[in-house]
Amino acid sequence: MNDTVSWVGLSVSLLLVAVAAGISWWQRLGLQRQILIAAIRALVQLLLVGAALTLVISPGRSIWWSWLWVMAMLGYAATVARRRAPEVPHLLTLALASFTVAAVVTLGVLFGLHVFPLTGRTLVPIAGMMVGNSMTATVLAGRRLTDELRDKRDEVEARLALGQPSRQAATPYVRAALRAALTPQIETTKATGLVFLPGAMTGLILAGAAPFQAVLVQAVVMFLVLAATATTTTVIALGLIRRLFTPDHRLVYLPAPADQ
Amino acid sequence: MDEAFEFDRITVRRADRRVLDEVTARIPATGITVISGPSGAGKTTLLRLCNRLEVPDDGTIRYRGRPLDELDPLVLRRRVGMVFQRSVPFPGSVADNLAVAHPDAHAEEMSAALNRVALDPGLLPQEARTLSGGELQRMCLARTLVTQPETLLLDEPTSALDEQPKQVFESTARELAAQGITIVWVTHDSAQAGRVADRIYQLRDGHLTRAAGEARP
Repeated sequence: MNDTVSWVGLSVSLLLVAVAAGISWWQRLGLQRQILIAAIRALVQLLLVGAALTLVISPGRSIWWSWLWVMAMLGYAATVARRRAPEVPHLLTLALASFTVAAVVTLGVLFGLHVFPLTGRTLVPIAGMMVGNSMTATVLAGRRLTDELRDKRDEVEARLALGQPSRQAATPYVRAALRAALTPQIETTKATGLVFLPGAMTGLILAGAAPFQAVLVQAVVMFLVLAATATTTTVIALGLIRRLFTPDHRLVYLPAPADQ
Repeated sequence: MDEAFEFDRITVRRADRRVLDEVTARIPATGITVISGPSGAGKTTLLRLCNRLEVPDDGTIRYRGRPLDELDPLVLRRRVGMVFQRSVPFPGSVADNLAVAHPDAHAEEMSAALNRVALDPGLLPQEARTLSGGELQRMCLARTLVTQPETLLLDEPTSALDEQPKQVFESTARELAAQGITIVWVTHDSAQAGRVADRIYQLRDGHLTRAAGEARP
């Protein structure tokens, strides 16, 4: 296909890295080395992933390899979420649970209702977009809910002291956290096509797909991401509530990030 | 005399410090019992144990003869209301605040609750955050009264108030005690303790002892 990038083309595109490094040198930013390392690292990582993906989703390969790849992605995404928000208790297990629930819901709809055929070629990238996009929202929701409950401890305990069950006492803060985590995704969805052309669509068009077909795929991906972020953030919030309150409806001690 | 609370060798540890050290005492079910003592003596912790916002590391607390951990905490907290040192209004109007305690409360019940704490029922639609400090603290008391508690735990409720609203709060509390509500009042203000208490306990170095001859005549 004419639209594919050749190794020569890839080498030529390194000129763009040189442009960035050149600007750093010209403006004496001292970032040339970092720009070079970042570019090489990204290239090596992508080549490795490309090679692995070629093995996993090549025709004739069992779909179970793709599922294995998806599970590895979920696990890795959970560790990244944990690293990004160490102040959120139990985030590793909660993130893993939330990504799994979101995967069941979204992949269930897309493949169960035959929106896409279930093959390694569709499963791996779709699961990747689902996890990648909902990870930020997951971290946001977990962090915001923990902050709210810690900073508004007086208010939460005043509610508990009136005899409200912990789940009910936490409701206003869960809502605030879910709104904060979902709003950026809703805004992004609104601006799609007007302000920016999203990655999946751009990639498809560059790869030679008809623009209208690319648009349809992109729309499905946007809906997938919306559902995934809503699902993951809700699972995180409800799971956190179970961990941050004791069974006898007390709020556990939440240290300030500076104390950790 | 019937006991409201009975503390049996209550110990609470924080880090390597004993905030309460084998506290043993009985709080009668009538009148106002003041728990006095210096800052950091563990007075607030003791009240929080009574409302089960905290649990002791060792020992047993009984409320009207039954160990606290045998009681449903949600039921206990409605029988034993708590007013905190810092008045915390929830978002919304005064009526919204009272509805948090009792979502099905009628307007008459809410007005009655405000009357009991010497607040004008006309304040019900007002934004709670716009109340003065004294009004806000009495609204928090009214919010607690909406749950029909038989016991009130007051944690330094007037520490941020000027003299006049402080006196209004004190006389409100005395009236509630006269209506049969058991009150446990934590304060470090010894003059206030003398004005409102039927009996005074001193909490010092983790130990609670009955102070003789200091209560209200």
